[in-house]
Amino acid sequence: MNKLNLNQTQIESCRKYANIIANDVQEFINKHTTVSVERTVLRLLGVDGVDDFSAPIPNRLVDDVIKNGDISLGISIYIASALTSTKLSLDDFVTYYINNNISICDYDLVDKASTFKILKPYYEANLTKIRDNKIIRENYIKKYPREKTDIYVIVATGNIDEDVIQAVSAAKAGADIIAVIRSTGQSLLDYVPYGKTTEGFGGTFATQENFKIMRAALDKVSEEEKRYIYLVNYASGLCMPEIACMGALERLDVLLNDSMYGIIFRDINMKRTFVDQYFSRLINAYSGIIINTGEDNYLTTADAVEEAHTVTASQFINEAFAKLAHLPNKLMGLGHAFEIDPEVEDSFVLELAQAQLAREIFPEAPLKYMPPTKHINGNIFRAYQQNAMFNMVTTMTNQSIHLLGMMTEAIHTPYMSDRYLAIKNAKMIQRSMKSLGDEILYKENGAIQNRAKEVLNNAEKLLKQIANDGMFNSLSNGVFAQTKRTMTGGKGLGGVFKKSDNYINVVLEKMEESFNED
Amino acid sequence: MKIKPYGDTFNDGKVQVSFTLPVSKTAKGIAAAKELAKSMGLIAPAVVHAEAISDEFSFYILYGSTKAVVEFDNIQVEEITSTTLSREKIEDLIKKEFGRNLVFVGASTGTDAHTVGIDAIMNMKGFAGHYGLERYHGISAYNLGSQVTNEDFVKFARENNADVLLVSQTVTQKEVHLKNMIDLVELLESEGLRDHIVLIAGGARVTHSLAKELGYDAGFGPGSYAEDVATFAVTTMINKKRGEN
Repeated sequence: MNKLNLNQTQIESCRKYANIIANDVQEFINKHTTVSVERTVLRLLGVDGVDDFSAPIPNRLVDDVIKNGDISLGISIYIASALTSTKLSLDDFVTYYINNNISICDYDLVDKASTFKILKPYYEANLTKIRDNKIIRENYIKKYPREKTDIYVIVATGNIDEDVIQAVSAAKAGADIIAVIRSTGQSLLDYVPYGKTTEGFGGTFATQENFKIMRAALDKVSEEEKRYIYLVNYASGLCMPEIACMGALERLDVLLNDSMYGIIFRDINMKRTFVDQYFSRLINAYSGIIINTGEDNYLTTADAVEEAHTVTASQFINEAFAKLAHLPNKLMGLGHAFEIDPEVEDSFVLELAQAQLAREIFPEAPLKYMPPTKHINGNIFRAYQQNAMFNMVTTMTNQSIHLLGMMTEAIHTPYMSDRYLAIKNAKMIQRSMKSLGDEILYKENGAIQNRAKEVLNNAEKLLKQIANDGMFNSLSNGVFAQTKRTMTGGKGLGGVFKKSDNYINVVLEKMEESFNED
Repeated sequence: MKIKPYGDTFNDGKVQVSFTLPVSKTAKGIAAAKELAKSMGLIAPAVVHAEAISDEFSFYILYGSTKAVVEFDNIQVEEITSTTLSREKIEDLIKKEFGRNLVFVGASTGTDAHTVGIDAIMNMKGFAGHYGLERYHGISAYNLGSQVTNEDFVKFARENNADVLLVSQTVTQKEVHLKNMIDLVELLESEGLRDHIVLIAGGARVTHSLAKELGYDAGFGPGSYAEDVATFAVTTMINKKRGEN
């Protein structure tokens, strides 16, 4: 597929700069850990639950080591040492720990080999479960092959039981992917809430139990509809790797896991975000979960015509980070969006050029294409028309993950009928325009080819500049979404720690090992 | 003058309604939709479309005539009375009346993660051809982004001697934004700042009268641009200044 007549050398040059940028940050990542990374290790050993004050046990243990021990060694060695000294199983130790108000730092530390030996049965049990989940998903996909474009809708009631009802209805109407929007503000919590929840604001809390409830409901409807319905949640925030771990254990299929979204849009510290995203994406790679990136958000803040190249540049960077986390192309759901003001002349033509550009640069990636939101004005009939144009571009350029626009965008969280009408809109266009994309070639040096070239040119320039300035400085200068973030600003920096030479992370090492074997 | 919706004849009262019922699409479902429209007060409702959403839900589109009528002359609304000035006029006014930069601080406060509204008003580029406040000479505009706590917002305002605060709230479920908006007013009052600043709310569901009710100076809903907000803020400051002298 080469309708845009893009310069392949230029694309390679973009990748080269993106690799320089990502490798530079990766050096920092490899030397650091975070509270969320360490809590994830605990979760992957099987530590879960909350104490009498609803504080998650993983938080208590990691905070204990920060206060009374040396977190630069990692949590693994402390758990292994405690189990060695007390001769208790992990479950029994956690009960003992909670009931007796002791510190996990009071035991003689064991060596690295013993740490792995003692913890092996625990991490093996969970890693096996994750690998099994991956196989279950693969079998489903074999049994029910997917179309090239998946229809993605959200549910956001705040109540997981109500979410299930709406998700099942949407699946029956033709949705292939269901995302459960999180409660407003969850991304800023430095812990993951526990258990089933039925109250939230603008969404439902991401908890492991809620994941499990929705997964069971979607498996049931998958069998009935003979289509495997993907489940999506959101990792961005202060608990990225923990949510990835919960998603892996409960068989989510797609996870929002951008390398920079939290920094730019949630003002989370950049060091924290980069370290967290690596472990989080490594878990996704291990579990076969598709990541989605958030470039679409740039265009809700900045202008979609002038800043289109920042989306492309960011996609290259997200790809480079994803490769470092061992994600294959087929799991890189790079994001972009249909956000040009529809009053702009030829806006549809510009959108077509941008969508085709992303498709041709990342031919194997399951691209996530986002609907118009910024220029939706409350006129639901106009919005329905805008969404139809968006759906046409999606079909003509073979986008993979098609996030449907709602005609009631910015009015309320979608009603049952809003979602249903959106699915019908998309389905009609998918069917009626099925072969149109294959029939069309773009005029040589016409508006579409030239626009794509212009965006790629500007993306290359921007990547070169970021490679020169370094990622940290570039974010401080506000390269993306015109938002400036400093190295030491934002939330969560207090949870970043330099690793000691004796740092141990049993899960990270095992996962990296498994990729290096392949 | 008494008025009703206009379909194709004056005061025919024609309206269209669509909704979902939690039952399957059957003759009984359609009859129920019609009955419901009658209970809403619609005369001669017609179910023009019925469709199954799933086994348990069905969607209906209806037309009918409403009996309801309003006396238009009796309707009262609280509107922002200032006529919107152009950017150049506003810049001139600031120069003439204040001779210094006015400080505007904006944020989407509380847990609200939506920034489209505040960005449209503040960002250089603005929205739909209307430049944002960052572009204005004589205005120092600070957009703090989303999920800013009221405490941080007020702290920033105090440290930067803010003249005008812009609070963006996109309505989420369960009216959480209202409490947050009220909390801000209380915080400003307890810090003794309320009288020194112009406090403006904006958002998809914000109206001027709602904002006034909550203790704000003004509220701007959809379709408002930077010059509307700036005109109100600057003229309010001028009036205040004249009142004080």
